[in-house]
Amino acid sequence: MSSVSDILDRKDICICAGSGGVGKTTTSAAIATGMAARGLKVCVLTIDPAKRLADSLGLKELDNQARQVSPELLAAQGVEIKGELWAMMLDAKATFDELVARQAPDEESRDRVLGNRIYQQISSALAGSQEYMAMEKLFELHSEGRYDLLVLDTPPSRNALDFLDAPRRLTQFIEGRSLRMFMRPTGLAARVAGRGASVALGVLRRIVGFDLIADLAEFFNAFSGMVDGFQARAKRVNSLLADPHTCFLVVCGPQGEPIDEAVYFHRKLVEAKLPFGGVIVNKVHYPAERLRGDDPDLPAALARALGDEDLAQRTFENFSDYQALAERDAANIERLAEEMRSRVVIRVPYLDEDVHDLAGLAEINRYLFASNAERTALAARLGEA
Amino acid sequence: LRGYSHGSSLFLPPREIARNCPIRELLDKRLVFVTGKGGVGKTTVAVALGLRAAAEGKRTIVCEVASQENASRLFDHTEVGFHEVEMEENLWSISIDPDESMREYVLLQLKVRAMRDMLFRSRIFNYLAAATPGLKELVTIGKIWELAQPDRKVKSGRTYDLVIVDAPATGHGIGFLQTPRTFAAIARVGPIHAQARQLDRLITDRDHTGTAIVALPEEMPVNETAALEQDLRDEVGVAVDRIYMNGLYPELFSKDEAARLAQIAEAENGAVRAAARAAVSEHGRARSQRAQLARLRRRVQTPVKTLPFLFEPELGVEAARLLARRLS
Repeated sequence: MSSVSDILDRKDICICAGSGGVGKTTTSAAIATGMAARGLKVCVLTIDPAKRLADSLGLKELDNQARQVSPELLAAQGVEIKGELWAMMLDAKATFDELVARQAPDEESRDRVLGNRIYQQISSALAGSQEYMAMEKLFELHSEGRYDLLVLDTPPSRNALDFLDAPRRLTQFIEGRSLRMFMRPTGLAARVAGRGASVALGVLRRIVGFDLIADLAEFFNAFSGMVDGFQARAKRVNSLLADPHTCFLVVCGPQGEPIDEAVYFHRKLVEAKLPFGGVIVNKVHYPAERLRGDDPDLPAALARALGDEDLAQRTFENFSDYQALAERDAANIERLAEEMRSRVVIRVPYLDEDVHDLAGLAEINRYLFASNAERTALAARLGEA
Repeated sequence: LRGYSHGSSLFLPPREIARNCPIRELLDKRLVFVTGKGGVGKTTVAVALGLRAAAEGKRTIVCEVASQENASRLFDHTEVGFHEVEMEENLWSISIDPDESMREYVLLQLKVRAMRDMLFRSRIFNYLAAATPGLKELVTIGKIWELAQPDRKVKSGRTYDLVIVDAPATGHGIGFLQTPRTFAAIARVGPIHAQARQLDRLITDRDHTGTAIVALPEEMPVNETAALEQDLRDEVGVAVDRIYMNGLYPELFSKDEAARLAQIAEAENGAVRAAARAAVSEHGRARSQRAQLARLRRRVQTPVKTLPFLFEPELGVEAARLLARRLS
């Protein structure tokens, strides 16, 4: 078992996680396309993908709505889909607004929150809000039950863990015991307004200024009716992530640092008892089988074949460099598999063309959806063909 | 307008003048943010810039934010923490921790350690500090500002000629540089408002503060770099001095040679075939990278400089040293 379709068998949700720059968006789109090709109705949620990928999927606007990728468009690029492929570009701010609208007890409290300046900053700028809104949207789509599979491309955080930590941070922010302090008539808000400020508060006011504290107090007041609703919702979102029908795929690159991060992220997933499905390593340099880059006979053999010593030398050096990278990648991936005590490591080769359209996704899927044996055969051809 | 002082530049169109401006322009600034999307090699380029500046006799500090410790890892795997640690002659490194920055900032404001400690023990303060959006980023930038002062605020602080910041990956990157302005708007009045405005003035001071964007020669990174350049210039209002196109493959083979190699790859077997195949791939990648480089140059106003792909298993300080010499 090591094809993406095996890993995602009977799963409702696939979450692609990993640090920035490892090809998460491309991998998510490829997985969604591949699963749709196998007959499922799939929706991929992505955050601000590169324009061209969005264009090729027929997504022109960021409007927080799922759109079906036209089967004709897919067919035109040689991708046959038995199921349906849908895609959505997540708008974190709009999702947060929708959430507030849903949780608000009445229109007045909704408008008070939406109009609050602190809220406007939080909903777009607070670290973790984008991550949490991605989960929130996932939860919403899952509850609606319109798709067989949801694929989430997690936001580009510096640290993959930001994603797991997001609901906790956000709910801590809007619930917290200290928040109750604001709500009590004798709480901070009252004290700020009144004259009985403690020494600490006086000092604090000296540093941040009165306005900011008053604005925050106003924000928390406006939010007070929704705290319980937010809390309950966050709990449900968290249990969805831990559900056995959810699957986390860790995406990484073959260099030392991304591998370290993947190992770390896997450990955190296990600690948090979240369902880990496997690792996808992108842009792997496959070694040409059974060949050494520094074969002493090779320069002469190349010179004979090419009839040009200088060209033969450059070809040899280039090959040595490539084989050295391939050996590094192989060693890193071996370490990764050992650390995770897992065999579910899918290697996608460093392809000659950089992937940014449906044809490229189909090329990636030859590896993602291959069995172990097929993948080895494909890779061997890459190295030696 | 230093570019105009070169006689020959007078005859070049404006973009060419921009393209030819020497790296001095960047290193003569007081503060440089190195930014770009994740995984493009920001840390390596930030350290390379630091090494280059240090080699030219500038007292330089490379700052990391959000405790990634990538730069110190590059040197010797020891963690530097929230201290200015000398890495080499003229080159220091610091990892800016927001909590430590906050403690330092509050102490500078209150001047009395006991008062600061009392404040940090208070629950209200801790809650507000955690709750206030962007406060962590703000105090981080505050610390960067402090490091860049000719007259340092912290006791016996060293004066640096150049402060280089390994900035957070974009997505967060623009937000990070915009924090002071956002904050000034939230706070409206009071000391934080005034200080946030001061930080914003530092970021948008085009004479003393600059940015270098690190990019990769691939379709999506090129698109994102072009968008980032525009946002930094138009939204943030910071000077964009350089785009470093990182990881460029050498053009080892001519078109004719590649065709010859492709024939060999068909005709031969074993190692010769594999080597020829690798050469054809290299040729293809080098060419497509050149096309992406040209595309980026068409789409941006900033001079785009290239850095070579390094065939090294892991990029360490030697790699950064090599890049430092190649920086232009």
